[in-house]
Amino acid sequence: MTEFFQSLGMTYEWAWFVATISGILIIVLPLLLSVAMIVYADRKIWAAINLRRGPNVVGPFGLLQSFADGLKVFLQETIIPSAANKGLFLIAPIITFTVALAAWAVIPFSETAVLSNINVGLLYILAISSLGVYGVVISGWASNSKYPFFSSMRAAAQMISYEVSIGFTLITVVLMAGTFNLSDIIMAQKGHIGGIVNAYGLNPLLFPMAVVFLISAMAETARHPFDLTEAESELVAGYQTEYSSMSFALFWLGEYANILLMCALNAILFWGGWLPPIDWAPLYAVPGIIWLLLKIFVFFFIFSWVMATVPRYRYDQLMRLGWKIFLPLSLAWVVIVSGYVMIRDNGWPL
Amino acid sequence: MLRSGADLPVDSLQGQEGNDLTDLSQYLPILLFLGIALILSAAFVFLPMGVSRLTGTHNPTVNKLTEYECGFPAFEDSRSQFDVRFYLVAILFIIFDLEAAFLFPWAVSLNEIGWTGWVTMMIFLFELIVGFAYAWKLGALDWE
Repeated sequence: MTEFFQSLGMTYEWAWFVATISGILIIVLPLLLSVAMIVYADRKIWAAINLRRGPNVVGPFGLLQSFADGLKVFLQETIIPSAANKGLFLIAPIITFTVALAAWAVIPFSETAVLSNINVGLLYILAISSLGVYGVVISGWASNSKYPFFSSMRAAAQMISYEVSIGFTLITVVLMAGTFNLSDIIMAQKGHIGGIVNAYGLNPLLFPMAVVFLISAMAETARHPFDLTEAESELVAGYQTEYSSMSFALFWLGEYANILLMCALNAILFWGGWLPPIDWAPLYAVPGIIWLLLKIFVFFFIFSWVMATVPRYRYDQLMRLGWKIFLPLSLAWVVIVSGYVMIRDNGWPL
Repeated sequence: MLRSGADLPVDSLQGQEGNDLTDLSQYLPILLFLGIALILSAAFVFLPMGVSRLTGTHNPTVNKLTEYECGFPAFEDSRSQFDVRFYLVAILFIIFDLEAAFLFPWAVSLNEIGWTGWVTMMIFLFELIVGFAYAWKLGALDWE
């Protein structure tokens, strides 16, 4: 893209700058649009499973529902409670949303379409998604109200608990691929199983980790059945209770952007990213981004499906699953996979 | 289409002479991305505040600005006490996240360090598992 702007008579630096900014906007604006549409899809899927119609009034098939909601919250009054710490109260949604967007900077959308192809892409994503907990904790603290405070304590403990097992799960993928670069991880999956299937997830050695990662992703994004942070019957609306207008909307926009990110990571790390599912030449005629979006949507459908069918966990069950099942399991898997990789590449030690 | 900066080969991390480990130009798009995301989210927070003043929906009253507490004044300070187990989980998290931080560089350089490196890490993991089993036995992982 830099070349295109250079051909318009710009110097290299300016052309690079304009190209990068346009690249960022090409990622951010469709992302915001897909968040709006995915909220609609979520409500439609949930309604269909409950044998309801879901949103069907605004626009054809209710397609414009999210935009109507967005306009409504935009025009609402921003209420800042008098007891709140005003600065922190307003910073919290900004942090949540910024962090939710920033992780997309290193996601490879196709073989060539990646904004920043850094060699530690996976570490960057891990670091950025760890920052997400600050938005939640700050909002709960700054609201100076009981329910948001309890909710943010729960959310912080839940997010960091599952981050541990996510970390170990990622290590098994890194061991298998031998790199942190997301594009290289995808390429390493090409023909991984018998030269036919482009996916780590169907490898019997990594399949359990794919499942652990999917469930941990739901817990990390505080999604059903792990949405204890906003359990309506106990905590009103959780850490968002005191928020209104667009500040409130930013929390759920960020939440859905994070869910999409987790779906994208599932697709990239275990199910071949922008590669077609089967390593067969005619399938490569379909652009890589189509495959990636299809995979993301399949995972989003699973998220919605789980939300509509599985009852909410209790907090002790949630912690037990994270610390007593996923952590030992993923730790054992790091040992197993690293042993396998050593034997595969270096032979037996004796 | 969006690729910018030179592509670093993965082995440039592994310390040859004159590598471009210090080449941070690849991170500039990320910085710009962060900047744009920050501007966008700040606009989302502050624009509606301005708009509501223009349209006249901005109308704070004393009762509207009180904190949510089922319709009557709060009994006590909301920041008074919380369960110590949350604190315990945070400490356990630091231990295991640090462990993961050690595992990441080990995982990518496994072929360089060979079986010696593998066995060393297994000893380290074993020590951590002993600590984990101790915490489990003490009931630090229980939420009853």
